[in-house]
Amino acid sequence: MGLEEKLPSGFLLTTVEQAAGWVRKSSMFPATFGLACCAIEMMTTGAGRYDLARFGMEVFRGSPRQADLMIVAGRVSQKMAPVLRQVYDQMPNPKWVISMGVCASSGGMFNNYAIVQGVDHIVPVDIYLPGCPPRPEMLMDAILKLHEKVRTSKLGVNAEEAAREAEEAALKALPTIEMKGLLR
Amino acid sequence: MSDAKEPDPRSEPNPEKDLSASNLPGQRGDHGEEIRVQRGMFGANNGGDTSGYGGLVRPVRLPGPSSRPYGGWFDEVADELEGALEEQGLLPQNAIERTVVDRGELTFHIEREHLPRVARTLRDDPALRFELCTGVSGVHYPNDKGRELHAVYHLRSITHNRLIRLEVSTPDGDRRIPSLVSVYPTNDWHERETYDFFGIVFDGHPALTRIMMPDDWQGHPQRKDYSLGGIPVEYKGAQIPAPDQRRSYS
Amino acid sequence: MSTQSATARETTEGKVYTVTGGDWDEVVEAAAKADDERIVVNMGPQHPSTHGVLRLILEIEGETVTEARCGIGYLHTGIEKNLEYRTWTQGTTFVTRMDYLTSFFNETAYCLAVEKLLGIEDQVPDRATIIRVLLMELNRLSSHLVCIATGGMELGSTTIMIYGFRDREIILDLYELITGLRMNHAFIRPGGLAQDLPPGAVDQIREAVKKLRKNLPEYDKLATGNPIFKARMEGIGHLDLAGCMALGATGPILRSTGLPHDLRKTQPYCGYETYDFEVPTADTCDSYGRFLIRLEEMRQSLHIVEQCLDRLKPGPVMVADKKIAWPAQLALGPDGLGNSLDHIRKIMGTSMEALIHHFKLVTEGFRVPPGQAYTAVESPKGELGVHVVSDGGTRPYRVHFRDPSFTNLQAMAAMCEGGQVADVIVAVASIDPVMGGVDR
Repeated sequence: MGLEEKLPSGFLLTTVEQAAGWVRKSSMFPATFGLACCAIEMMTTGAGRYDLARFGMEVFRGSPRQADLMIVAGRVSQKMAPVLRQVYDQMPNPKWVISMGVCASSGGMFNNYAIVQGVDHIVPVDIYLPGCPPRPEMLMDAILKLHEKVRTSKLGVNAEEAAREAEEAALKALPTIEMKGLLR
Repeated sequence: MSDAKEPDPRSEPNPEKDLSASNLPGQRGDHGEEIRVQRGMFGANNGGDTSGYGGLVRPVRLPGPSSRPYGGWFDEVADELEGALEEQGLLPQNAIERTVVDRGELTFHIEREHLPRVARTLRDDPALRFELCTGVSGVHYPNDKGRELHAVYHLRSITHNRLIRLEVSTPDGDRRIPSLVSVYPTNDWHERETYDFFGIVFDGHPALTRIMMPDDWQGHPQRKDYSLGGIPVEYKGAQIPAPDQRRSYS
Repeated sequence: MSTQSATARETTEGKVYTVTGGDWDEVVEAAAKADDERIVVNMGPQHPSTHGVLRLILEIEGETVTEARCGIGYLHTGIEKNLEYRTWTQGTTFVTRMDYLTSFFNETAYCLAVEKLLGIEDQVPDRATIIRVLLMELNRLSSHLVCIATGGMELGSTTIMIYGFRDREIILDLYELITGLRMNHAFIRPGGLAQDLPPGAVDQIREAVKKLRKNLPEYDKLATGNPIFKARMEGIGHLDLAGCMALGATGPILRSTGLPHDLRKTQPYCGYETYDFEVPTADTCDSYGRFLIRLEEMRQSLHIVEQCLDRLKPGPVMVADKKIAWPAQLALGPDGLGNSLDHIRKIMGTSMEALIHHFKLVTEGFRVPPGQAYTAVESPKGELGVHVVSDGGTRPYRVHFRDPSFTNLQAMAAMCEGGQVADVIVAVASIDPVMGGVDR
């Protein structure tokens, strides 16, 4: 139709957006952000049997400045919350957050004075992963789903547009307390 | 705090205290302290009691003091402790409020001003030798007037392979207990923890600051008058109250 | 550095130099004044080389740590408070999440305390007690494996970490088979166990013991004689017996001073006095000694596990008292472990009383006579004590855990001050604190 036909063989065309998404997805550096029980399962995921190296993610970065994925693994206490936010702020953009386990996602069984009732009060979360603690397979599933999200994420003007749309959709959405019907 | 008074402990009569003053420890009755009153059949915290026993009122008491013989090595430890205290010129009945043997465990209730001396004796006396303190556990009994806050110490003797418990109480209006850090340095963090959670001030602790909660936290979370702090959970039109707000039984 | 020579005076025999101890102090003082290398380093609370969310505040002079302090509480979960709003049985669900690497010890210690309050220690069936011991010893293995694995990783040896987690998986498979979960089991309940061992479990455990017996010598080959490993560990994190006693340190730290104090031997619970096992000690008081003790304890644990398997006889795993034992028969359904459908069909269809009883026990719970109790078990980290107070109600009035990690971590300053910064990591790793247990 246009340019594609005139290209010599051996060229592959794609958009910058897709290329960037693919590259980002293929080399994610998680930050070590182990808090509680989930951290042990996160370490297990990195170790022999589950082998996160298959997805190019076995290198957990000690410094948040070298990481683009934060796996909040465990309960976040009120005392830890400012630290968590600081570590998140130190991570360079683009960055993603997996809230691993029910405690990080909603406070879980610790509905009390000490625990932040969901890490989404502090940082934006991309994937909520239930389980107490989630099995390594579940963590890997969450990571793969996040990969898909990263691969199709937008760039530049498109990203701003997508963010605006997401915000509008969220404003229009029915609050959970007003939802009726079966609890599913 | 007790050091200044120590020269002549005999001169202080055991709690001859004005019960109307809210900041003085109360006197103990013959039985264990009443910690709660159970009402109704199931002790439901809200809603009615349809069992027909709604008017039932029963006080709940902790196990009361025991009398000699306590059995086993308990008598030996009690004798040794009393003897050692007497040697130091301290009347045992002034220091030890009472002794409770319950469920195979020996508990000495100690007057708070004599706690460091008793602990030091327990640690140093060759016949007692309780070398290891396993820390402090605070308990808050809001209904035990004049003795609301208790600090419970468990002492282990590796030499004699024994375990005893010391219990010290302090009124809420004057919640101070002498620190045991000079006797058992391990109590450093334990006392900070108990201070953090119950607000008991351990006099003589080298650095009594909060340990678990953030430094600017308000209140002492594990006291009974501090609510659990849970929030109602809502999901698709349903709302479930926090655990402390639900109907419950006791 | 000062080049000032010692004072000299002439005597009949010749020149006499006076060298006194004061010289060195002066030199050090002058050196300390001359440079301003005193820095305060804040390690953590999120640092790859600390166990969990531990914050270390180190005051260093060059490479030497002059003062070390811990900041803890970053994982404070309020579990002890939460327990006061749940029934006694539900308590196990919370305590298992305290020190999440030693779940079964937390559960057993708590259940022993509740049983002591109830006065039913003697009624707990033998089979339940043997399975408790079995699970605890497997747990000791998995906890020590994580300690060695993460300790190795913090030293920079990723191989040890991979090895440790490989072998831990073998044990986690057993947990999953027995309790349905890999971690946080809530399997041990006041009065016994949630349910019996599933069919085939004994064979699988034997199989796993065989595998572990084959794998454990690999740590010896990899680490024990390794000169780098030894150089990093030997003489590091020194704490002698007097220090341990004063600071209340127990477990491998205490045993590395040569004192064979193990509650399983000195204050036996769960019938430990009838098992044949040794308490390994070392006399080096250092990290390396603790590592060797952990290795040997793992072998002893395997030995105990085998004895448990030989002793298992069919029987109940819950007390006979139906006012305490949960009436539920658990079964594995498509959505996980839950009430057995057969049992529900039976109580819903045929017995009104059973249904009422079930409902009452589950919603209200059982009452525990007022009083207090303290029980202690030897967790992989040391003395795990539980102080439980009841007000005669259906919920705990107060539960306090004396967690060994919490107490042992206090020894960090004594072990690290005066050493090198790099040795702080080794010393903390040898204490093996788990922040879930420290902060609760």
